[in-house]
Amino acid sequence: MTTAILQQPGKTADKTPAVRKPNRSFVHGLLTNKKALTGMAVMLVFIALALLAPVLFPGDPTRITAMASLEPSAEHWLGTTAKGQDVLALTVHGSRSSLFVGLTVGFASTFVGILVGLASAYFGKFIDEALSLVTNVFLLLPGLPLLVILAAFLPPGLGTVILVLVVTGWAGSARVLRSQALSIRSKDFVAAAVVSGERAGRIMFREILPNMASIVMGTLLACVIYGIGAQAGLEFLGLGDASTVSWGNNLFWAGNEGALLTGSWWVFVPSGVCIALVAFALALINYAVDEVTNPRLRKIKTPKDTERSASK
Amino acid sequence: MRFILRRLGFYLIAFWASITLNFLLPRFMPGDPVSRMFARSQDRMQPEQIEALRKLLGVDDRPLWEQYIGYMTNIFTGQMGVSISRFPTPVTEVISSQIGWTLLLGGTALVIAAVVGNLLGVLAAWRRGGAIDSALPPLLVFIGSFPYFWLAMGALYLFGVVLNWFPIRHAFTAGLEPGFTWEFIGDVGAHLVLPALTIVLVSIGGWMLGMRNTMIATNSEDYITMAEAKGLRPGRIMLRYAARNAMLPSVTSFGMGLGFVVGGALLTEVVFAYPGVGYQLLNAVQGLDYPLMQGLFLTITAAVLLANFLVDILYVRLDPRVRSN
Repeated sequence: MTTAILQQPGKTADKTPAVRKPNRSFVHGLLTNKKALTGMAVMLVFIALALLAPVLFPGDPTRITAMASLEPSAEHWLGTTAKGQDVLALTVHGSRSSLFVGLTVGFASTFVGILVGLASAYFGKFIDEALSLVTNVFLLLPGLPLLVILAAFLPPGLGTVILVLVVTGWAGSARVLRSQALSIRSKDFVAAAVVSGERAGRIMFREILPNMASIVMGTLLACVIYGIGAQAGLEFLGLGDASTVSWGNNLFWAGNEGALLTGSWWVFVPSGVCIALVAFALALINYAVDEVTNPRLRKIKTPKDTERSASK
Repeated sequence: MRFILRRLGFYLIAFWASITLNFLLPRFMPGDPVSRMFARSQDRMQPEQIEALRKLLGVDDRPLWEQYIGYMTNIFTGQMGVSISRFPTPVTEVISSQIGWTLLLGGTALVIAAVVGNLLGVLAAWRRGGAIDSALPPLLVFIGSFPYFWLAMGALYLFGVVLNWFPIRHAFTAGLEPGFTWEFIGDVGAHLVLPALTIVLVSIGGWMLGMRNTMIATNSEDYITMAEAKGLRPGRIMLRYAARNAMLPSVTSFGMGLGFVVGGALLTEVVFAYPGVGYQLLNAVQGLDYPLMQGLFLTITAAVLLANFLVDILYVRLDPRVRSN
């Protein structure tokens, strides 16, 4: 967790996007933004790899197919592990579990965040106080040790991993979404909806939520990044679901079988690079969302800046 | 003062929540961690110690609320039981022998990352579109995308195994007498380089981008224009006018960063077998040493809360708006 805390979804709190932006220009802005396009292209490649894994590398990727610790060659593009498994097959198959857990955790924690944030902002008063208190406590408890403790007590398995990651990951998104929802809650059109007697659920999900679409998207991306990274970390510690093939488990075995000390760099490099590429691609999309919605961060020089650099 | 009291109340609630979590986890988890643990260590333990552990972990016939009160009393009198994996050392002793290493590693990394990152952020925002602003953020974000245990593995492999520049495991060379001698301090420093470097590398981007974005907002304030109109030197405007006012969010991040120091260094410590609390926590989990696990978690939480509270007090000093409200 980056920088455990620094990379947690809460970091997006500084964003102050324009509130009521027409949706079409947002999509258009994203599609013409280089960062967004690069990010989306990388993500599409990985999603395609994950879907096609059983076709590209049929059979169990963990089966032993060759001699141990072979260097990359024409036959095994990324070499073999200390057990003699094909590293490329492990890496491609690993994308399935990693992307699945990352996306599930991302959507689930954003969903919890939306519920808590909207309820906080809409009802205010006591409910807001209570929900904010819980959110802040969860934000403050050290994430990684909490992950480790929870994973140690719960029975091992994929469900546990997802549950534990959502429990430690929702608070950041809740805080960001609450502050955004609060600013929309104070707008006149919400007051009008309240006066006209609309139901609470309708105001929250039909009036307020659509107006914070871009920040929900930013939060979702940050949560997916968190999910993928934290799953890898948990599995690297040997606390994940050992029966699945994933990038984190690949790295766990690389560490356990002494790939570092024997110099088999090809065993631990691919999975790490894949995690980084996916996280980087998502971060690029996230920055693009930021740039599209927050004109101040765009790469246009303001007249003031040009003057200043000219005077130097 | 009211602000401080409010915050103090909040931290007490957070601490109570983590104690309660600690209390409830072994009691409500499916399966029976306690009997697994006893099966492993029964023959080495005295009957009365087993009895005390049963109470600590909730294998106990008393009603739940009575257990809860007993548990709280134990925590506040510092009785966290004995460690199973390092039997019969008390948990408190194990923790106190290791927290210093974590503070050393995390503290060094945090200070370096915060100082360098903030300076880079200031420079990047001051020269928008300049070399620092256009080259570093994407690079640092890319480095920050790597899981940091993986960067640690890479650094260990490259600088430790291939180049053999730095030692790769533990906090100091085995057999060296700990003490305030130059030899020992130098040895500890050499062991510190790789773990600290990897933490700095992944966290510096967050500091830099945060500072850059706040600085960009500050730079458009009227008092900056005014300072320029007065003809002050650019360096003075940048540091004394703009950066100084853009520092506040960084102070808050510093508080959260301290949490990362104690808790987040866990993965780095594991990769380098650095004998801090994080490494010990993982060992405790693997050895089914539940008392030690719980003690470590509470210690880490307490340290994080304390650090945040200190930052809050500092915040009151720095920001007059908090004082007047």
